[in-house]
Amino acid sequence: MHETLSDTFSRLASLDREVFAIAWLSLRVSLSAVLIGCLVGIPLGSLVAVSRFPGRSGAVGLLNAAMGLPPVIVGLVVYLLLSRSGPLGPLGILFTPAAMVAAQSVLVTPLIAALTRQIVADAEAHLGEQLRSLRLSAWRRAGILIFDVRFSLLTAVLAAFGRAISEIGAVLVVGGNIDGFTRTMTTAISLETQKGDLALALALGLVLIGLVILVSMAASLLRAYAARAYG
Amino acid sequence: MSPALPIRLERLAYRVPGKTILDCLEATIAEPGITALIGPNGAGKSVTLRLIDGLLTPSEGTIRIGADGSARRAFVFQRPALVRASVSRNVALALEPLALSRRERTSRIERALARVGLRGRAGDPATKLSGGEQQRLALARAWATEPQLLLLDEPTASLDPAATEALEALVAEMAGGGTKILIVSHNLGQVARLADDVVVLDAGRAVEHGPTRQVLFHPRTAEARAYLKGELPWTSFAAAS
Repeated sequence: MHETLSDTFSRLASLDREVFAIAWLSLRVSLSAVLIGCLVGIPLGSLVAVSRFPGRSGAVGLLNAAMGLPPVIVGLVVYLLLSRSGPLGPLGILFTPAAMVAAQSVLVTPLIAALTRQIVADAEAHLGEQLRSLRLSAWRRAGILIFDVRFSLLTAVLAAFGRAISEIGAVLVVGGNIDGFTRTMTTAISLETQKGDLALALALGLVLIGLVILVSMAASLLRAYAARAYG
Repeated sequence: MSPALPIRLERLAYRVPGKTILDCLEATIAEPGITALIGPNGAGKSVTLRLIDGLLTPSEGTIRIGADGSARRAFVFQRPALVRASVSRNVALALEPLALSRRERTSRIERALARVGLRGRAGDPATKLSGGEQQRLALARAWATEPQLLLLDEPTASLDPAATEALEALVAEMAGGGTKILIVSHNLGQVARLADDVVVLDAGRAVEHGPTRQVLFHPRTAEARAYLKGELPWTSFAAAS
């Protein structure tokens, strides 16, 4: 145990290239997925919050249910779409980081959309009547509400990042855990633990936890600044 | 005559599941100046304002505003709803649908903020203003659109006396400038100070309409007398039974 810990810290202290290459890939994939999730999920959640249309409560229920999509099932569906015989097979991106981004985007988009809907709906309860009385369009109202809750939306982005960076099922299925190419922190931790290289697994685990804490702290600082500046 | 006049409320009804809020309300407001809507809680005053603004759709009846219904309207709510942005940005939002030139927009923002005494705070976050300043900002936002009809829903309900006085002066100034104003208020002193005429609502109907002094000091109907004497429906009911 002592030897494992000492090996873990020496890997971290020596800025082990393998550890940091895996961490960098994980970060790139998850941040890309969260960015795509924000581009789709924030407008989608906001529009559902401010619009009234038949079947709206069903759409809200579907969004909320999709927050709990099992990663491995998402991975399987994306795998089927991207496999050679699937409709997106000609793209040829299966077992590449692009496929991992696609799978994680599917995973985090409903989460961002559902949390955005809730946050924007709360703001709508406060501001909606005023914005409607200004005769602004539904799109414009949604845009203003997103702007108004921009700092609260950090919570949604943070939750999405946490889900993306820590999931293993989807990236394993569509990425294939290929050494030096599609191996992320979570797939590597799982593999190295099975192989018995606990030092590498632990080093990756510490980097993963460190990253999550760092991102959370940055978000908290930004929120605190926003609360001071804008109330 | 203001393009917002006359305001005709014809057989106006508004229902939500299990409840009738307005029940065949009839009123014609033809005089310029300030008209106050008063009445007990639940009488339908705020709903009437929202129906006139178009925020709600009547279950039955019609609302006619002016000759062709094209009068520009603005609404100031009991609690000012402000976006987390600067004071001037909050005013600018109201001007977006008006398709003004940049110069005209800037000029209107500056004039409106100057009128309510907030020109020096234009760059400050709106949510950092005091309650009275926030309500003045809400009024500036309405003012900037140069409304022909201004709807005020208990605009001073949460303000201290000094802020109330400042807001009343601004409302009177707007009315003096030709804007027709409808105000909902529970503050009868304020109604006496501001209003030219008063509509008394009770249980979703207009039970009395007349000049302010006449309605406040010589009400004709039992409902108006009971409201002005501070009698509550359930106390009258208890006394009767």
